[in-house]
Amino acid sequence: MSKKSASVWTSIRFWRRSAAWVTGTATVLLIWLTFDTMGQIGMGSDADLKNGVTKRIPAATVINYHIDYKYDQKRGHEVPVIGEKEDFFGKQWSAQEAAALLHKGKLTEQAKNCMDCHTLLGNGGYYAPDLTKAWLDTKWNDGTMEGITGKSTKEEAMAEFLMHPDKYPTHARMMPDLGITKDEAVALVAFLKHMSAIDTNGFPRNFSQSAKRLAGGTHAH
Amino acid sequence: MLTSAHLKYESQKLAMNYFRVALVLFGAQLLMGLIAAIQFVYPSFLYEIFDFSVARMVHINALVVWMLYAMIGAVYYMLPDETGEEAVAIGLGKLAFWVLTAAVAVVVLVFIFIQVGPGNESTIWFINEGREYLEAPRWADIGIVVVVLIFYWNVFATYMKGRKTGIMTVMVADLFALAGLYLCGMFFTDNISMDQYWWWWVIHLWVEATWEVFVGTLAAYGLIKILGAKREIVEMWLWIEVLMLFGSGILGLGHHYFWIGTPEYWWEIGALFSALEPVPLVAMFVHVLYDWGKEQGHKEATSGAHAVNNTPAMGWIAINAFGNFLGAGIWGFFHTLPQVNIYTHGTQFTAAHGHLAFFGAYATILIGMMYLGVQGAYGIKKMTMTFKSKMAIVLITFGVLGMTVALTIAGYEQVLVERADLGGGWDAYFIAQNLPWMLQAQGWRLAMGIVTFVGFVYLAWDLLTIGAVESKQAENMEGAAAAAAAA
Repeated sequence: MSKKSASVWTSIRFWRRSAAWVTGTATVLLIWLTFDTMGQIGMGSDADLKNGVTKRIPAATVINYHIDYKYDQKRGHEVPVIGEKEDFFGKQWSAQEAAALLHKGKLTEQAKNCMDCHTLLGNGGYYAPDLTKAWLDTKWNDGTMEGITGKSTKEEAMAEFLMHPDKYPTHARMMPDLGITKDEAVALVAFLKHMSAIDTNGFPRNFSQSAKRLAGGTHAH
Repeated sequence: MLTSAHLKYESQKLAMNYFRVALVLFGAQLLMGLIAAIQFVYPSFLYEIFDFSVARMVHINALVVWMLYAMIGAVYYMLPDETGEEAVAIGLGKLAFWVLTAAVAVVVLVFIFIQVGPGNESTIWFINEGREYLEAPRWADIGIVVVVLIFYWNVFATYMKGRKTGIMTVMVADLFALAGLYLCGMFFTDNISMDQYWWWWVIHLWVEATWEVFVGTLAAYGLIKILGAKREIVEMWLWIEVLMLFGSGILGLGHHYFWIGTPEYWWEIGALFSALEPVPLVAMFVHVLYDWGKEQGHKEATSGAHAVNNTPAMGWIAINAFGNFLGAGIWGFFHTLPQVNIYTHGTQFTAAHGHLAFFGAYATILIGMMYLGVQGAYGIKKMTMTFKSKMAIVLITFGVLGMTVALTIAGYEQVLVERADLGGGWDAYFIAQNLPWMLQAQGWRLAMGIVTFVGFVYLAWDLLTIGAVESKQAENMEGAAAAAAAA
């Protein structure tokens, strides 16, 4: 392996140049794909929602709408479906109010370090349930938690639980009281509702089926 | 590890300081891991005093920080060896070390005693950012950038001044990318998909690209140092590894973009390139064993002696070759394709892979570098394993493998019951967590965590004492040889 190599396969110069070209090409491709992805994952606007334009990540005002998670024949998995208007904490939120609420919700999610127990979009700790579609979870939709917390709407039950999780144990592994205030709890629920409207390419798979499966029992026990 | 007496360069003495702090943080990481593992088995343990979220946060941050300390230490150690020069701004480098250590201490104390803050910007600035692995508050982020710039200046300017070996060229280029990527994780956005997109630029492009190249560079340096491997061969391997690691790892980033709101084309890109990611790990594995066998054969043919002049370091580097391939390669690959990952994403599978990959790919080689440092610091020509070195290798490796197997079983159960059968959700999650397979697996994980911790005690004890013991032995032998010659 002197400077004059017998074969290109044992030439350091050849491998060095190949490494540089491959790395450069991969980096350029990644940057190009990133530009395309940025365009697709930017948050939609309130006008999009009003005109029925589907965005992967809808505007904060999605909290003013009913959200469902339904099987899409063409895509072969479940997708969020944004339906009719519905009140959130008893009112419709303006674009500014909704944006401010989502901002506070995301800040609170980080400040309370939710991700080190829960997973969001499947990332985080594995000590507590995945929150990606928590807003659509059977637990909040079949009246269980409303009954336990004594609240009449899902969002109020969620906010109450977040403020005093230690009062409403559902499992030996309990969520601690993180000193979440009323304002923070409302914002957190808005954040969760917004996240449930994100198009996650069908993750978690068969999520909406869980209600049926659990009602019918499981052979897993 | 308690002396730096035989080191010629200030850069290498500074490296020993980094190794010492790294060892302390490694111990802290394992203690926090034990607390978190206990909480999986006994959920009321330290409830509302030191919750799982806090234990896990310190566990994963101590991991990242001890590795960065050991990496910086390893670079300061090899820098004068490779370039033939003292680090150019060594005074500034020393100052940066103390600033960084003080900052890390403050951050950890805040994590432990204040834990969480109100839902506004002040928490992000002063308590924690609540973003897995990147929890450090923003003031610390900025401080880390300044410290890393000082470190990088030392490496870059020294490289420019001194000998430009292939190993150092790769190191300088790799560190530039590694340091630059940290900036991608330093902003706040309300859009969680955007947040996760850039978060992965730091996490993935660190652990599956720049850190892997870093490991290849250390292995190349280590093989020359320990075995006297031929530089041309080692450097040619290194360039092939860089080609394959960056060629697969950069676009392999796509396997994190399946479910976070990003477009579907990432399915194909992520699947293809992450399936290629194990290939360079095979190459690294072959490379280490090839050089080891070749140099040993040469030595036996000429003098019959042992080629390895530092058996504990060589032991850890050999485990790195296996562990990187097994932990990052095999355990990573089997849940990397989207068809599988839709069920395994965010389950104990990820935890199993994470434990074996961080250990196999990074912890092992960094421990190897610490042994190299001890050898240099005590001026030992041929360092051999003590009983404690062997206990450390056996117990830590067995413990981590045991934790990985336990978590893999837990992962299987979670995938089959929670994901495939019940479709996810709150009740599905807790049904899976309550089944005997999960409970037993978490019990075994805790037991194996304790084994790992005992191994760490041996490791720390060995690193602190092996230098003094072996240099004394060498002195005695020289004394005896001189006496024999005189007689």
